[in-house]
Amino acid sequence: MTILRSATTAPRSVTGLRSAQSKRAMITVLGWSVALVIFFPIFWMILTGFKTESAAIADPTLIFSPTLESYQAVQARSGYTRFALNSVAVAFGSTFFALLLAIPAAYSMAFLPTKRTKGTLLWMLSTKMLPPVGVLVPIYLIFRDVGLLDTRTGLIIIYTLMNLPIVVWMLYTFFKDMPKDILEAGRMDGASTFQEVFFLLLPLTLPGIASTGLLSIILSWNEAFWSLNLTSSKAAPLTAYIASFSSPEGLFWAKLSAASTMAIAPILILGWMTQKQMVRGLTFGAVK
Amino acid sequence: MATLQLHNITKRFGDTEVIKGINLEVNDREFVVFVGPSGCGKSTLMRMIAGLESATDGDILINGQRINDVGPADRGLAMVFQSYALYPHMTVEGNMGFSMRLAGVPKEERRAKVLEAAKILQLEPLLDRKPKALSGGQRQRVAIGRAIVRNPSIFLFDEPLSNLDAALRVQMRIELARLHDELDATMIYVTHDQIEAMTMADKIVVLHDGVVEQVGSPMALYHHPCNRFVAGFIGSPKMNFLPVTLTGVAPGGVGVRLPGGGERSIPVDGTHLEESATLELGVRPEHLVLDEQGPLSGEIKVLERLGGQTSLYVQMNDELITIMADGDVAYRVNDTVHFGFAPERAHLFGADGLALPSLQQHPLAGLTRHDNRGPGAPSEEPA
Ligand SMILES: Nc1ncnc2c1ncn2[C@@H]1O[C@H](COP(=O)(O)OP(=O)(O)OP(=O)(O)O)[C@@H](O)[C@H]1O
Ligand SMILES: [Mg+2]
Repeated sequence: MTILRSATTAPRSVTGLRSAQSKRAMITVLGWSVALVIFFPIFWMILTGFKTESAAIADPTLIFSPTLESYQAVQARSGYTRFALNSVAVAFGSTFFALLLAIPAAYSMAFLPTKRTKGTLLWMLSTKMLPPVGVLVPIYLIFRDVGLLDTRTGLIIIYTLMNLPIVVWMLYTFFKDMPKDILEAGRMDGASTFQEVFFLLLPLTLPGIASTGLLSIILSWNEAFWSLNLTSSKAAPLTAYIASFSSPEGLFWAKLSAASTMAIAPILILGWMTQKQMVRGLTFGAVK
Repeated sequence: MATLQLHNITKRFGDTEVIKGINLEVNDREFVVFVGPSGCGKSTLMRMIAGLESATDGDILINGQRINDVGPADRGLAMVFQSYALYPHMTVEGNMGFSMRLAGVPKEERRAKVLEAAKILQLEPLLDRKPKALSGGQRQRVAIGRAIVRNPSIFLFDEPLSNLDAALRVQMRIELARLHDELDATMIYVTHDQIEAMTMADKIVVLHDGVVEQVGSPMALYHHPCNRFVAGFIGSPKMNFLPVTLTGVAPGGVGVRLPGGGERSIPVDGTHLEESATLELGVRPEHLVLDEQGPLSGEIKVLERLGGQTSLYVQMNDELITIMADGDVAYRVNDTVHFGFAPERAHLFGADGLALPSLQQHPLAGLTRHDNRGPGAPSEEPA
């Protein structure tokens, strides 16, 4: 009986294996293709940064003699460091405050939901659908009147508000996956709400919080609309630095690319180092 | 020292009333078990006692003090969750010592207390492990240990053994009973496992749809169920129910005509019965006896030999009757069997589902778990 069964099922399982393998290969190819398409502009930008100005506008080619000319020119012109420090301060500062506000908000939505919690969440996210330019004038005027134009504080406030809906939403989904029993056990053990969050919720949802924080940092780092409109020199972050290479003397592709590469390098490296964490966090709910 | 009283407790979630006015008295050092079908409100009731859920109405009293508005940690209770709810990022020692850490107890004192509890539960070699490196039974013991170190006056257990396999469940059951004796604490225990309820309880509370159906010792519920629901719920296999017709009421019992035509007098109090009352007879499978002269008969549909016992499923009119018979009865499927029962083992239920009260109390009906011990054991019955 068993012999018979294994004899008949063996060939089928081999073909099953084969089709599973080819399926996996196809998915791999597809994944790589999508990744390459997404990565190509970045790759081309990095490449262009190592070209001379004339090579940059010549017919596209992969073969050229690399040069650091553009980097030297970019370095010579203005203080990269100042812009970079602004970017760091603004990205980390806004992320810190966004998490500070979002953790209690997400806690109450995940663990003490009311009938309107879902609606509140959707409403928060819907604010992201409004084009930011729609509120540019009022915000500009308010910033001017309270003296927040061209200040890091101003940008931190704007970025905190900009990222808050997404941060709350993400934390909410992570918190929802946390077994309620554990928090209740903590409450039975005498934990206050703050202790419950600090000793139990935060350590246990750390991967999710980390990936949320990383996403917020990346979004703030790459934000250009508000930084270009609300800062000029003192508080200008790297996005403004890039933009400064496109205006007065016309477009210099190689220098622009070199500047852009330098601007995104820190965040790219950060992303690279934490990619495991990111993926784990972003798929936290799905695979657990 | 701890007693618990519930006065008219109700709980509503939105518009649905889940607990519908429960009154209960739990004595000091008593082992009380809540049983009932799934969704009847056992967990909700326990969570209200724990303070994790607020009561919509009614009073919860511990040692006579109303504690409705006292936080869960300040009620002097400890709860063991069905899912264990261990803190996954802490070691066993961290888990057990967490409450003391929150209370600011110094490290050495914490360690001493954890060790003491670990000794009771044989957890000493595991103190440095994280929960994910423990087996189910070990996790369960850690969860209990976490409760013990808090030195609570009342332990609450919500189906603590339901995630364990059968063998481990038996072992933990015995261990819990031992723990109850050792700790001298009041324990409230939720389960839907019959055997756990029967073997561990001093007092069983049968819940159904948010109301208490009956409260009593295991033997009282078994021998004197107060209604059809309790009769069907307590005891395994389930009690058989047969429609019977009333033939007469005498001081010594109620006369009924059985489906096969035979008549019996059941020793219950029928003084309030109307003449046309529809009645139902209840007899447990283990109280039906095979007997050629018996008043009941039917055809065997299924026969399950368990070795020591044989379950016979007998078709009688519209009912499938279960009989627990001797291990080596010689019957086969499709044979016709005759059977009967001792009248004092039978129950009668009115149309409203209520049992007619027995005229004789079963001699063991007042027994609790502690009474099962020999005369040498110290008595722990509350005065
Ligand atoms: N937070 C809640 N909101 C709404 N209804 C709830 C809530 N908690 C429980 N209920 C409902 O209350 C009823 C009782 O639930 P409870 O968990 O107390 O049952 P139980 O007796 O413990 O069942 P089980 O044996 O399956 O654990 C169920 O019908 C359940 O759907
Ligand atoms: Mg339950």
